[in-house]
Amino acid sequence: MKNTIAERIADFLKQFPPFDLLDPSALLEISKEVKIKYLEKGKTIYNQGDPLHDHFYIINKGAISLIKDIDTSTDVIDKFDEGDVFGLRPLFAKETYTNTARTDEETILYSISIHLFRPMAIANTQIGNYLIESFASNTKNPYSKEHHKSFYSNAEVVSTEEDHLFELQPVRYIKKVVTAKPSTKIRRLASLMSEKNISSILIENKGIPVGIITDKDLRTKVATGLQSIDDSANSIMSAPVLCYPKNITIAQAQITMMKHRVGHICITEDGTPNTKIIGLVANHDMVVMKGSNPAVLMKAIKRANSTKELKRIRSKIMILLDGYITQNIPLTHTSKIIFELNDATIKRVIERCIAKMETPPPVNFAWMSLGSQGRKEQLLHTDQDNAIVFETVDPKTMEATRAYFLKLSKKVNKRLNAIGFEFCDADIMAKNPNYCLSLEEWKQQFSSWTSNTGSDEILLSSIFFDFDISYGDANLTNALSEHTLNLVKNNNLFISKLAASALRSASPLGFFRQFLVESDGEYKDLFDLKKRALLPLIDAGRVLTLNYQVKTINNTAERFEKLAELFPEDKDLYLSCSYAFKALLKFRTKHGLINNDNGRFIKLAVLTKEEKMKLKRCFKTISTLQETIKIKFNLGALL
Amino acid sequence: MKNPFKIKSRRPNYPEYWLAYEALFTTKPTELLSDTRFVVLDTETTGFDYELDRILSIGAVDIVNYEINVANAFEIYLQQERFNEQTVAIHGLIQHERIETLTEKEAIPQLLNYIGNSVLVAHHAKFDMTMINHMLKRHNLPPLKNRVLDTVNLYRATRIKSNLIQQDRFSLDDIAEHYAIDICDRHTAAGDALITALIFLKTTTLLGRKKVFKLKQLFTL
Repeated sequence: MKNTIAERIADFLKQFPPFDLLDPSALLEISKEVKIKYLEKGKTIYNQGDPLHDHFYIINKGAISLIKDIDTSTDVIDKFDEGDVFGLRPLFAKETYTNTARTDEETILYSISIHLFRPMAIANTQIGNYLIESFASNTKNPYSKEHHKSFYSNAEVVSTEEDHLFELQPVRYIKKVVTAKPSTKIRRLASLMSEKNISSILIENKGIPVGIITDKDLRTKVATGLQSIDDSANSIMSAPVLCYPKNITIAQAQITMMKHRVGHICITEDGTPNTKIIGLVANHDMVVMKGSNPAVLMKAIKRANSTKELKRIRSKIMILLDGYITQNIPLTHTSKIIFELNDATIKRVIERCIAKMETPPPVNFAWMSLGSQGRKEQLLHTDQDNAIVFETVDPKTMEATRAYFLKLSKKVNKRLNAIGFEFCDADIMAKNPNYCLSLEEWKQQFSSWTSNTGSDEILLSSIFFDFDISYGDANLTNALSEHTLNLVKNNNLFISKLAASALRSASPLGFFRQFLVESDGEYKDLFDLKKRALLPLIDAGRVLTLNYQVKTINNTAERFEKLAELFPEDKDLYLSCSYAFKALLKFRTKHGLINNDNGRFIKLAVLTKEEKMKLKRCFKTISTLQETIKIKFNLGALL
Repeated sequence: MKNPFKIKSRRPNYPEYWLAYEALFTTKPTELLSDTRFVVLDTETTGFDYELDRILSIGAVDIVNYEINVANAFEIYLQQERFNEQTVAIHGLIQHERIETLTEKEAIPQLLNYIGNSVLVAHHAKFDMTMINHMLKRHNLPPLKNRVLDTVNLYRATRIKSNLIQQDRFSLDDIAEHYAIDICDRHTAAGDALITALIFLKTTTLLGRKKVFKLKQLFTL
């Protein structure tokens, strides 16, 4: 019987080692016996000490962490993503699993039958060796605490899980290496390097590395006039190339580069210059792997050439955030940096998507980030909310123009989702034709929301009025901001409705000053930090600044600071609102990082007494603020 | 004069395989999702007319305990009596890869044997079920007895309810895009069945968070 699914699985498997070493019929045989598992984030595949499964696993989609309990601490010893193989222990040993595998995100796994695979691994030494190597590298534990201490005994380091003995991890190398032939003309070489945005290029002959050319070679040997741009590559390349096998550690690679004063190492099949190229390690990429420096991450984002790379960088951003939170860096600083990195990521995605379009954008446009990213207070992975505004065009070309931007948005939304900014449940995304509008249409839209206001319109206004330009022409977004302020000026009815909605968010504390938890549904008995604590402040900040025509400040904490400046009589209240907001956001971030979620729902049992006190102090500020708003906007009658 | 009741009560002589299939439904099915066997299927047809159009191929996978076992995948291609432009792609495929084709008469026992008393799952299930039931009718057989779930309903139940969302985008492509499921072999029965199966796993997991663990809860969404 024909088996289309097995064929497709074989197509997937053959892209990745060790399956690339199998012949097609063996591969199909294995694929026919694959079991496809779908797992949510945070699910355990096996636990340390569990009896071995009859399968090992390859990740089709998603990511998993290998976790090891050593004494009392739990360490993440390795992370895997698409195409990586793990859970190999049953191939080699007969006892139990020595670590725990857990999903970091939603994951689709293919289980490969050990029973089928073992004979193939034994028959093919290359496969056997590959498996032994990868098995060894994720079971020996170079991350033990003692080891760690001896390395960093006196140093103050930003200690994050991935930083543990970072230098002993194997390097991550670039698999899609850009290469040229020795006979390639320098002119062609230079344009290839510019096109791919790379600073070095490997010169190969039948897959064997014969030399390398870097920016420096072009500078010192060509730009100086020593060689002509019509000469061929072999006249300026450095040879031989430094080659290493792929399990080289970061420490080895760094020492080698320092010793030879080079920025690149070539990875070949057996680690000598006589076998085929399988990858390239750049010094720069290793610094990115270390990833505790926002400047390096920023540079990496700007150079990133794939969504997968951006996703990896984003996980580094999370490590950075974790470091900042543990070290108690002021939240204002933390959120600015994280905002900039997220913003750069979004920009990079849009840039890449525009390049993928057949034609450049027909008119100027701006990509607007809404909600928390628009307010520059998005720290954890939350939903993406965005929209597009484009220049008003002739009605005749209107729909063609919109079609272009919808196509672009579809690409951008999809990639942002892949990176970790999940799709918005309410479809508030630029790919939705309702939110991909010309400037004129947006103006009309905003006018209709503010003049004919029901509860849906209030909700939409509160989402869309906090926009921030992520990419494109700022004139468009500025025009829209102007328009918004004009709309609300003297529109008392709209402002009071908006103010009333700011008070509608449920109070965080009950009559007996106990925390009010959700009474049913998915999050029963959890405390909803967003709905009950953050939203009242966000909503209040928005309505107050709109009312007082404060321009261009979207950030909630900054809004309250500005209000404190404008109204000295309420200074104390506004400053404590700003403080409370930052404290609550930090609290949410901390819990989100601990639980690897968006931190919205909190288990009260895990809070310390001190934390509860702190939260209650913030809540007190919220109720004072809500009272003030009630009086200021004279809402007694409306509520 | 004919007695209408007599005609109704007279049981036609169903073939052996149908009786075996029917017998599976006498035992009370399990209620836990994790213990239930689901068969996710898709049909490719010559068109949308239940009377005139015919099934070209049926693809299916089964899910037990939230796991798709590729070894149990089902994929059959049906012989067509007459040439139809719609079927060119399939004919091309069949000639090119020399795929074995079955007559409807041969296909039915295989299909019944495969699905057994499982719960059937399909995207816009009514279409696939009606096509299959019409095929059964042509061979003087009653309709399928299996319970049927539609992934459109399951997906709709996972979405938040709001006036702000247009609730009309439920094509297989839309949902696959929303869940970032790779689309390959779209519009082959087996490929679509796999996409539907992944959607089924995702939606039931999401519903699991809302404490939906029993089969009957899925039918009442």
